[in-house]
Amino acid sequence: MFKEFAKGLSITLKHLLPGNTTTVQYPKQKLQMSPRFRGLHRLVPTPDREKCVACYLCPTVCPAKCITVVAAENEKGEKYPEVFEIDMLRCIFCGYCVEACPMEAIEMTDAYELANYSREDFHFDKVRLLKQ
Amino acid sequence: MVMTPEVLTLSETPWLFTGVMLVKIAVAFVVTILIVAYATYAERKIIGRMQTRMGPTMTGPKGLLQPIADGLKLFFKEDIIPSQSHWFAFILAPMMILAPAFISISVIPFGGDLEFSYEGILYAVPMQIADLNIGVLFIVAMAGLGVYGIVLAGLASNSKYALLGGIRSTAQMISYELAVGLSIVAIFMLSETLSLRGIVAAQQLPLWGMESFSFIPNWYIFCQPLAFGLFVIGSMAEINRTPFDLPEAETELVSGFCTEYSAMKYALFFMAEYANMITVSAIATTLFLGGWGGPFYGWINFLLKVFSFMFFFIWIRATFPRLRYDQLMFLGWKIMLPLALANIVITGISILIWL
Repeated sequence: MFKEFAKGLSITLKHLLPGNTTTVQYPKQKLQMSPRFRGLHRLVPTPDREKCVACYLCPTVCPAKCITVVAAENEKGEKYPEVFEIDMLRCIFCGYCVEACPMEAIEMTDAYELANYSREDFHFDKVRLLKQ
Repeated sequence: MVMTPEVLTLSETPWLFTGVMLVKIAVAFVVTILIVAYATYAERKIIGRMQTRMGPTMTGPKGLLQPIADGLKLFFKEDIIPSQSHWFAFILAPMMILAPAFISISVIPFGGDLEFSYEGILYAVPMQIADLNIGVLFIVAMAGLGVYGIVLAGLASNSKYALLGGIRSTAQMISYELAVGLSIVAIFMLSETLSLRGIVAAQQLPLWGMESFSFIPNWYIFCQPLAFGLFVIGSMAEINRTPFDLPEAETELVSGFCTEYSAMKYALFFMAEYANMITVSAIATTLFLGGWGGPFYGWINFLLKVFSFMFFFIWIRATFPRLRYDQLMFLGWKIMLPLALANIVITGISILIWL
């Protein structure tokens, strides 16, 4: 019994030595996110427009029904999303939209600090999604 | 010319005596409060490190202002007295638990005599607030009084968790007070005095009266190791430290006897816990580790020993889980009490044979 006591005490004493803390001082110090991390969405741009062709696969596959797409046609006769909006309050960050996309036009970034002050701020429209 | 210093007395030099006494009380009180404040910081920091966390880091450099921030926060918080509680006992309880913890400090000698001359006369001031000739008894009595605060807090809160905490505390105190008291008995069988000053003086003689080993002092830990162990374990139970913190076991009883307390009253309980820890460390130092005797200057030795005891208590808290209630009772009544009794018998026989 006393041997076990001594063992336990020695473990805690060893941890007391400097350099044993595993804490990450979060706001000051951030961990590198994995490349597969599913954070805030991003619409991939091309030089003149967004890559998205408004095929409606992502709102169809979305289990949380948080993506709104309205398709339109531009002067070159190409289909493009007139409206592309994600409601981040509903989004569950499952990544199905990224998987479903045939054009690889939507992807997920490593941004995870998404707190905000009003509900409107969580509606990410096309401009905001393209910006990152 | 060497002058023998005069001892300050109330009848000879009333004003000087009163002044010196007030200074001693103020210093002891302020130092104790400071140690209490920074014991909370040390505890959080050390336990954090031992559990590979960091403890407080944000408030001030290295989190050093954390105790002050905590104190301010608790001071300005709303002080809730539950409507179904007995308000008088509810207010009285935190005071009743804090006062005995601080009172015990008054009989503990924390240094040798301080000599100073005033109007050409050399005076000696003992670094101890009061040298009671029943010092040990006084301390045991005060430790016993401390439990009333906890029980009263449990009863007055009119809450089931608090009541359970109070009841547990009562049972725990009764079982461990006995073992602690009996382990101390062996000490004053050897010292033949109850005055803490006398006990410290007895511990500054060479070990077991052997002149050839005069560099080792006659600390009672060497001739009473069992009593020392019993005292440390028992006092850990008496001051409700982990692994014996059943009265406030937060996994079972929310916060035990102080569940219903808030703001400054809660802070008083918190302070009492740490003040008790200091008191117990100081008593253990005085009774077993030769008080202020040692390689450095008087009170530095004393503080070093007290701090190492407190570190030990914190270390234990970081390491061991809480005992179950029946294990606690088993340890108290079936192991520690017989051991303490046996220790007294053996000490008695040894004294009869060798002294």
